[in-house]
Amino acid sequence: MSAEREGAVARSAERRCFMSGRRMIALVVAALFLVLPLLSIVPEFWVALLDYIGIGALIAVGLVLLTGVGGMTSFGQAAFVGFGAYTTGVLTTHYGVSPWLALPAAVIVTGVAALILGSFTVRLSGHYLPLGTIAWGISAFYVFGNLQILGGHDGITNIPPLSLGGHALTGVRPYWVVVWVAVILAVIATQNLLDSRLGRAIRALRQGAVAAESFGVEIARTKLIVFVFAAVLAGIAGWLYAHFQRSLGASAFGVSGGIDYLLMAVMGGTGQVYGALIGAGLVTVLRDVLQDWLPHLFGASGNYEDLAFGILLIAILQGAREGLWPMIARLFPAPKPRAVIAEVPTPAVQAAAKSTGPLLTLDTVRKRFGGLVAVNGVSFTVGTGEIVALIGPNGAGKSTLFNAVTGIAPADEGRVLLGDAPIQGDSPQNIARRGIGRTFQHVKLIPELTVLENVALGAHLHSRAGLVEAVLRLDRAEERKLFAAAAAQLKRVGMADNMHRTAGQLALGQMRVVEIARALCLNPSLLLLDEPAAGLRLKEKQALAEVLRGLRAEGMSVLVVEHDMDFVMGLADRIVVLDFGEKIAEGAPAVVRANPAVIEAYLGGVA
Amino acid sequence: MDPIIILSLVQDGLVNGAIYALLAVALVLVFAVTRVILIPQGEFVAFAALSFAQIQQGLKPGTAGLLVALGIIACALDLIRDRRMLTIKLIARRLILDIALPVILYFAVAWLAPKQPGMAVAIILTLLLVAPMGPFLYRIAFRPLADASILVLLIAALGVHLALTVLGLGYFGPEGFRADPLIDGSIELGGTVIQAQQIIVVGVSLVVMLGLYVFFERTLYGKALRAVAVNRTGARLVGIPINLSGQTAFALATVIGAISGILIAPVTMLYYDSGFLISLKGFVAAITGGLSNYLLAVAGAFGVGLVQAFAAFWTSNYMEVVVFMLIVPVLVLRSLRASTVEDEE
Repeated sequence: MSAEREGAVARSAERRCFMSGRRMIALVVAALFLVLPLLSIVPEFWVALLDYIGIGALIAVGLVLLTGVGGMTSFGQAAFVGFGAYTTGVLTTHYGVSPWLALPAAVIVTGVAALILGSFTVRLSGHYLPLGTIAWGISAFYVFGNLQILGGHDGITNIPPLSLGGHALTGVRPYWVVVWVAVILAVIATQNLLDSRLGRAIRALRQGAVAAESFGVEIARTKLIVFVFAAVLAGIAGWLYAHFQRSLGASAFGVSGGIDYLLMAVMGGTGQVYGALIGAGLVTVLRDVLQDWLPHLFGASGNYEDLAFGILLIAILQGAREGLWPMIARLFPAPKPRAVIAEVPTPAVQAAAKSTGPLLTLDTVRKRFGGLVAVNGVSFTVGTGEIVALIGPNGAGKSTLFNAVTGIAPADEGRVLLGDAPIQGDSPQNIARRGIGRTFQHVKLIPELTVLENVALGAHLHSRAGLVEAVLRLDRAEERKLFAAAAAQLKRVGMADNMHRTAGQLALGQMRVVEIARALCLNPSLLLLDEPAAGLRLKEKQALAEVLRGLRAEGMSVLVVEHDMDFVMGLADRIVVLDFGEKIAEGAPAVVRANPAVIEAYLGGVA
Repeated sequence: MDPIIILSLVQDGLVNGAIYALLAVALVLVFAVTRVILIPQGEFVAFAALSFAQIQQGLKPGTAGLLVALGIIACALDLIRDRRMLTIKLIARRLILDIALPVILYFAVAWLAPKQPGMAVAIILTLLLVAPMGPFLYRIAFRPLADASILVLLIAALGVHLALTVLGLGYFGPEGFRADPLIDGSIELGGTVIQAQQIIVVGVSLVVMLGLYVFFERTLYGKALRAVAVNRTGARLVGIPINLSGQTAFALATVIGAISGILIAPVTMLYYDSGFLISLKGFVAAITGGLSNYLLAVAGAFGVGLVQAFAAFWTSNYMEVVVFMLIVPVLVLRSLRASTVEDEE
């Protein structure tokens, strides 16, 4: 990319600080959307339906973030709607509190409930998590239905309406504005959140939790933030629901309610914020239509629309698992690439840990998986500014050793030192903090994010912005710096031309190089590369070797696992050979190449 | 709390536990073979119980019509999906098995039920009516998703549950039913009275579980199913048809569900939507065994039964809350034991 073009992109970034034409149009459309239903040309019936769609959308937006983006499928979201609704119901009817004052109370109660339920839910793995949400979803329903203060199975009636300046917002039209202002704010907040440091961590949860951990993301904490955020949106929806419906019963907050909300998210497309609006709209309209004519068909009353919803859910999973939004999104032009400020000096290699000895020391490291000893008492060192290659046949224990050093799967015995500090048993996050960056044998990039965003995840520890800053967009200056640093590292590894493509579009070899850029973004003193040259063409391998030599010249230490012998022999200062979990040779490339034990391990002994 | 009450609560707990154990075993079986978390298992229980009670009372059971409807849907969908490799023989086979047989059964039941046939006939009719539903539903909802993730299959299972519950309301109506006991009478033992029905429940469930054990350990077919459970690709490579094993697992689960339904129909009043809670308790038990260990699942089932019996005595309103929140520590423990290094997808 030419400097001229970069300059142009930077200038357009400045322009975007003011109101662009596109944003103006969006505002006008939003204003029209809010005002139009106030006029009597739109029938009251439709406005009421739109009110319900808005309330559903609020919940579905949170569920999209939780399920589609964060990978936590919840069937219990209706419980949080209940927490919000019952809080305001009790406060306004029993204690005469104003609904507006009950709103913060509803948010707090829902948030605290979510913190408690989330504290264990986010730790559940795989399918245990959705099953857990069913368990507490059902429990919440029984608690709502049996607590006397919540009116038991009769529920709460005569909830006062919202009022503004002495005017009660009783009709469907005034309520329309309240609901949709809330929805628009929720969508903006969610979009802002997704496009932030925290958002990238959230998006890494579903597909690359291990990678995220290796760059300092606290997985459980990040999951809990998403969980509470989604719950609070549901709680606010519950508050709106209570004052719109004016009466409450536990049946709305059980697991079947939770399934309905999940259907909204799945229908629109679980990864798509706007999909939540489409899903909420379709489910709500469909329910209304079906409630009208299905009972006639069956000749009795009942929740017959659930039949259609069940069938619809299965049909979507079978026919369009991505949901409907991606089909709609194709009609719109692709978003413009992110602006990156042009010149940022590539950060110097971090001063190595204070020690006169080697940078990394492995001392009789052992790792066992059940009865299999994967690594058996391996010792070696990596000096400052040294490239050490770790080679050995498949199953020799190379990746296991990597995972032991980076804290993903700590060693059972032995010591791992960075400088003089022991790091065995430390969390991956802390080890990243100490300046060890890594890549993965099986590439762990987030395919939907751009290359630049993926690389920026590597700088997670060099920035601070949290939930509040992200939602309110107070993180823009920090974000610009982050992306500039990410762009600089991409340039260093020769991937600057690809930074605005999504990672999923790259070839495997390119992905590996992007992973190196991401690791460099951590600004490490030690780089662990797991098969970086696999899938690269000859020219690309040479370029990669050149980059690594440059890093070494700057004082970076590199430990590389690689099968490509030409690559390793030409690059490494020293080679360590593993076989069946044990070190069988160590030394300069020429020495190792001539070692009979190494030749036997690779080619097999003469029978 | 006096010993008589404790004894009778334990008795209740064991009877409930026996039912949950049957369900838990079926759930583990289906999960192992197909990776489906079979939430609709409860509907099979409820539908069987209601059909059994209805036949006893001389009514045409709702399942008769439901089975015909499911057969037609399964047949139609299969013919559409397999339209490129249809032969006359295949079409005829589908039409006979999926449509003709359920229709014949429908008329047979409609003719027999008003005569209020004996217990044995009622049991056989109920099993015949409910058992084919599992394979039908597998073909309708799950076969096209055979390669999907556990999560997608779980959401689909909930979709099936939702639809079946509504169909249950349509075919059975909102009234509850309770069947006559399989055997009247009781015996007195150590100061408490044990109903013959309770002994039947525990006895039959033990026999069924023993039968499953023999099936999986001693028969080639059972071993083939176990092979699919261990490694789907490997099983496919040695020529075990995955599709058929899925149907078989579903058929076994439905039969077990139907037996459970017949066993509890005389014990408690059941409604069209009672199955959900019953099957979820089977799940609590199955999860105790990590959805993979049959023995732990059975132990968990008796645990759930006992907890439920005592919770019902102390705090009947919050009985369900106690039972379902108990699963939380189990889930957390299971999650901690699951591998920390993530699987390659």
